[in-house]
Amino acid sequence: MSDLLLADIGSTFTKVCRVDVENSRLTATASSPTTVSTDVMEGLERACHEIDVDLENNAGMRLLACSSAAGGLSIAAVGLVPSLTAKAAEMAALGAGAKVVGVFPFLLTRNDLSQLEHLSPDLILLTGGTDGGDTEHIVSNARTLADVFADTPLVVAGNRAAHDELDTILQTWNAPVRATANVMPELGRLDLEPARTCIRELFLERIVVAKGMGHVRMRADLLLPTPDAVMRSLSALRDAWATAPASAATTRTPEPTTAPADEDCLMVVDVGGATTDVYSYGFGRPASPDIVYRGLPEPLEKRTVEADLGVRYTLAGLAEHMDTEYVIRDGGLTIAQLEHWVSVVSGNPSRLPASPVEQTADTALARAACHLAVVRHCGNLEEVWTPQGRTLVQQGKDLTHAALVAGTGGPAAHDVPPGAVPRAAVRRPGETGLLPRNPRIMMDRGYILWGLGLLVAADLPDCAAALAADHLVRA
Amino acid sequence: MVNVVLGVIGTDCHAVGNKILEIAFRDAGFIVHNLGVMVSQEEFIAAAIETNAEALLISSLCGHAEIDCRGLRERCIEAGIGDILLYLGGNLTVGESDFAEVKQKFTDMGFDRIFPPGIMPEDGIDALRADLRGRGLELEIPDV
Ligand code: B12
Repeated sequence: MSDLLLADIGSTFTKVCRVDVENSRLTATASSPTTVSTDVMEGLERACHEIDVDLENNAGMRLLACSSAAGGLSIAAVGLVPSLTAKAAEMAALGAGAKVVGVFPFLLTRNDLSQLEHLSPDLILLTGGTDGGDTEHIVSNARTLADVFADTPLVVAGNRAAHDELDTILQTWNAPVRATANVMPELGRLDLEPARTCIRELFLERIVVAKGMGHVRMRADLLLPTPDAVMRSLSALRDAWATAPASAATTRTPEPTTAPADEDCLMVVDVGGATTDVYSYGFGRPASPDIVYRGLPEPLEKRTVEADLGVRYTLAGLAEHMDTEYVIRDGGLTIAQLEHWVSVVSGNPSRLPASPVEQTADTALARAACHLAVVRHCGNLEEVWTPQGRTLVQQGKDLTHAALVAGTGGPAAHDVPPGAVPRAAVRRPGETGLLPRNPRIMMDRGYILWGLGLLVAADLPDCAAALAADHLVRA
Repeated sequence: MVNVVLGVIGTDCHAVGNKILEIAFRDAGFIVHNLGVMVSQEEFIAAAIETNAEALLISSLCGHAEIDCRGLRERCIEAGIGDILLYLGGNLTVGESDFAEVKQKFTDMGFDRIFPPGIMPEDGIDALRADLRGRGLELEIPDV
């Protein structure tokens, strides 16, 4: 009776795993097409039947689920200065597992509004001003939004000095509204967790129902956006492989007082057809006190999504940014072979590689996407020459000492040689980016990271770590 | 609540005075947003917008103040915060120079207050209180 079920309701497939919690073992897995057009519960039940579980009869069996079906969770972020609260709002939304469809700084214009209408996000995250700082923009933007978007769930995480004024404006809102702590209470200090929590709450309360997941929500003990689950899996990976004692790592504290040791930094890369997602755990602060840090501090748990770096639907974006010479050399391909594969998958995105050459080309492109996405995710170190010598300036996270990089999803599941995709996250000679130097490369070939994250979220970190050790493969 | 933004401009990395100023202005009742050392004009302006700051308190120690501060007032105007108070202190020029001349130069560049080398933070605090009072903003003095 200590068995539980994990389910990932993806855009095309619904995958289920049965876990024997007492012995920390995965006992069965199955998948079935997702049924978004009717009720996703149908596809979930079908997948469960394959492993002899009847969700109704086994009502006592816990169900932990995550979903990216029906477009996942789309959020528009509104802030004041692009490099400050607008950026913080974007980070908070990404960290909650959302797809950020737009970031709008300063005062919302009529053009912004029509763009927003076109994007029709599931939720709007409204920020602006440090606590006690600017109130004008957030108040005015709330007023503007109230006219058009009162039916869209709203999270307000801006200047607390504006709360009274905002309260009055938001009274007329039809959809649920959550007001919470500022994403940037003081300049340069981020506090993203309260906004993330509100986003998750509204996701569960409102958004999943609107996406035909009402029944799943009623049955499930837990329901998260899939990227949120993957983010949480990093702590299971850390427990399984990092040198730090497991006890210190089990609770998910957004801002612990002590930074994790360098060995604790880790990274997950998910190269997909449309986007490449990078997740990292670790503050990545400057390695020496002589290095000057500039820009926003980085969240301990960071997720970035590169919407122009995918290996099926967004190949045009990838082609524009990648170093084709390098890709060809890297894969031992001719330009004709690479071009052939690009034209094949551009015409038919669901096509899988059918020959060794196609396989090599697929892996080479995924490696390029992985590397570019990791370069954008990591910080960099720049030499600044002052009149009297050199100063080092760091921006973003220093992940050079990351202990582990895991590859998951799409092409990473069948890359050749195994682990080639996550290995592309490693820093190349001469690069100024602070990419992992010598990480352990792991592969999530069975696609299970989301499930580990669900176990962590359900307060079963030891079970998650044990499954990680069993099911992730070292390259 | 009066917000001020503090920092050392340009490629200057003298950090000691900056820390002292942060503590002194905070103790005097201001909300201090300290950007630290090596701060660009753009960062000062972005911070001022986000915090609705009344003043930018800028230090320059290494002697490059003129180059580093050039165009700052104009950029503030462009960014919609043209009436913000601009204060500047530190070692503004290289070597010995006539402070009256230095002061005139930076006044012409749009700075409201220019401080000679080695002044105490209290001089800056008193000046800021007076300037804010002139603008109708009275700062509550905290109990110490
Ligand atoms: C310590 C020091 C360093 C240290 C800094 C360590 C650190 N991380 O902070 C190191 C060795 C790294 C260093 C490097 C350099 N330094 Co140096 N340094 C000094 C020194 C000795 C003391 C600075 C200090 O900390 N003072 C103590 C603090 C409390 O005072 P303060 O900074 O002046 O700030 C107070 C007031 O001025 C005022 N104030 C300051 N700003 C503002 C702003 C406002 C709005 C207000 C109201 C008040 C205010 O309030 C502050 C608090 O009381 C000074 C000489 C001196 N005695 O000033 C030289 C000095 C500043 N350095 C100098 C130089 C040239 C350099 C270098 C270029 C080369 C060198 N000679 O080593 C490099 C520059 C590196 C760079 N990119 O910036 C020159 C500058 C020349 C000039 N302006 O004419 C000085 C004046 C020495 C000299 N006489 O030649 N330096």
